[in-house]
Amino acid sequence: MLHRFAQFVAACTVLLLLAGSLVTSTGSGLSVPDWPTTYGWNMFTFPPSKWVGGILYEHGHRLIASSVGLLTIVLAAWLWRADPRRWMKRLGIAALAAVILQGVLGGLTVLFFLPAAISTAHAGLAEIFFCLTVAIASFTSPRWTRGEDRVDDPMLRRLSTTTAVLIFVQILVGALMRHTDAGLAIPDFPWMFGGVVPDHWSSRIGVHFAHRVGALVVALTVFATSAHIWYHHRASTRFTRPAGIIAALVLVQVTLGALTVLTRRDVWINSVHLVVGALLLATSIVIALRAWRVRFGLADAGVDDVRQSADQAPRSARPAVQPSGARA
Amino acid sequence: MRLRNVWVYGFGLSLAAMVAACGGGGQESATSSSAPASAPAGGAGGGGKVDPATASDVKGTVSLEGTAPSNQPIKMNADPVCLKVAKGDQAQETYMVKDGKIENVFVYVKDGLGNYMYDPPTGAPQIDQKECRYHPHVFGMRVGQTLTIINSDPTLHNIHAVPKTNSEFNTGQPIQGMKTTHTFTTKEVMVPFKCDVHGWMNAYVGVLDHPYYAVSDASGAFELKSLPPGTYTIEAWHERLGATTQSVTLGSKETKEVNFAFKAPAAPTN
Repeated sequence: MLHRFAQFVAACTVLLLLAGSLVTSTGSGLSVPDWPTTYGWNMFTFPPSKWVGGILYEHGHRLIASSVGLLTIVLAAWLWRADPRRWMKRLGIAALAAVILQGVLGGLTVLFFLPAAISTAHAGLAEIFFCLTVAIASFTSPRWTRGEDRVDDPMLRRLSTTTAVLIFVQILVGALMRHTDAGLAIPDFPWMFGGVVPDHWSSRIGVHFAHRVGALVVALTVFATSAHIWYHHRASTRFTRPAGIIAALVLVQVTLGALTVLTRRDVWINSVHLVVGALLLATSIVIALRAWRVRFGLADAGVDDVRQSADQAPRSARPAVQPSGARA
Repeated sequence: MRLRNVWVYGFGLSLAAMVAACGGGGQESATSSSAPASAPAGGAGGGGKVDPATASDVKGTVSLEGTAPSNQPIKMNADPVCLKVAKGDQAQETYMVKDGKIENVFVYVKDGLGNYMYDPPTGAPQIDQKECRYHPHVFGMRVGQTLTIINSDPTLHNIHAVPKTNSEFNTGQPIQGMKTTHTFTTKEVMVPFKCDVHGWMNAYVGVLDHPYYAVSDASGAFELKSLPPGTYTIEAWHERLGATTQSVTLGSKETKEVNFAFKAPAAPTN
């Protein structure tokens, strides 16, 4: 049940990311000039009849964010109460802290007129929070706690970790590009001012160029990871499934990136591009966590049993979950 | 209320009180806003006031060579109230051209004034959000002058100024009839205004530390009045066509004609 709820929170976070990307894609970030109030109203009592124009996106984003914040409180409390792993309790608190900080950053972007640094930090923390919810959903899954399909593959660990880090960096560059209005700094695709590299430079062109180069690097890394999985772990659907998904997502993402330029930043294409980027990151995190599962040893094995017996046994008799460090 | 707004409103109210003490005035038009002081001249750079006995005028028109691109249509579907109050087909005001003459060009003295002293401005500039548009679309005002911002619409607006040298501000006006004020502290040509609720709404204000500015009217005409003798750089600014300058030398008590011509873009750019 906890696992299902964690999955639900992660899914709601995807919706929140889409709402946030629509705010920037429609240029509605400052359509509600005050925070935490909305045109002087309490956010939750602002009349729906006034959700017009850019307010619909900005106010909608705030409401969805508040809902996700509420869900995160429940998730953290649930983990604190029901999960016997101390580090999972802390992970729940970390997610709660992240969503609170995220809300504050969102408010600061409004009060300081969307400065690129704060807006980019807001975008980056959004991805980190999303990864936390995905990680919590992974760690609470029965297959994780039972320690199924563990593989000890150092190369896979390196590849998958590198992929996740590179995707995150690429997302940060994309966020910087978005918040410095550099999305069309290089206006053509696949060429750049008619050539392979730009024939002139500015800071905005540099950011845009870095995002395109980053896309190439990420795509190659993703394909390398997927190929490695298909070659070495073909029998394990725990790996082949996300490997197939991430390879497909990277193709979709590159296509959306190209269309963003070619359609002069169509609102929905631009927004879905951001969401698919987040899904790419989430999938890479899932692969990396599964690759590192073996390093968690058997510590999580038997968590289900612990959880079931915890209510029945006296506190002193509860079985301790010791980190074993053992490998499969 | 944010601390920034407290300062802005406080400063604005102080200046409003000073301006009120010096007398109010009407709206600005295609002629320069307020006449310089009628005290003895101190000479360009002398820190004195302009001598009306020797002051001269500049008149002219702004024209567009070629065919003006059609203005981008506006769809107000995002707000039912706007659909209701703005009747008929709506379009941007980028190219307001009639018989080759173009409206909404900001013309001002860019250089050559030295450091004359001018009386406080007598006009009371205001920008009105009406029928989900800004009125006026282009206007000028003085540093330290109080701008009144009005929402005449039965819907919400936020007025968001995006200056480069002055302080940015973003004020919500959720109720019809609301008025707020703002004062710019530094000269800046131009300061864009936008409404983030209604993405099609935009306006521009030229903020100057002297009274020699005007906005071309429907016939493309403008007039800069009571300039002291001297050589000046006059600039004409258009929101899409950019800026162009001309030099003019004025003697004592004369009226000179300065005409500007912009070239129409080859392809629609709005």
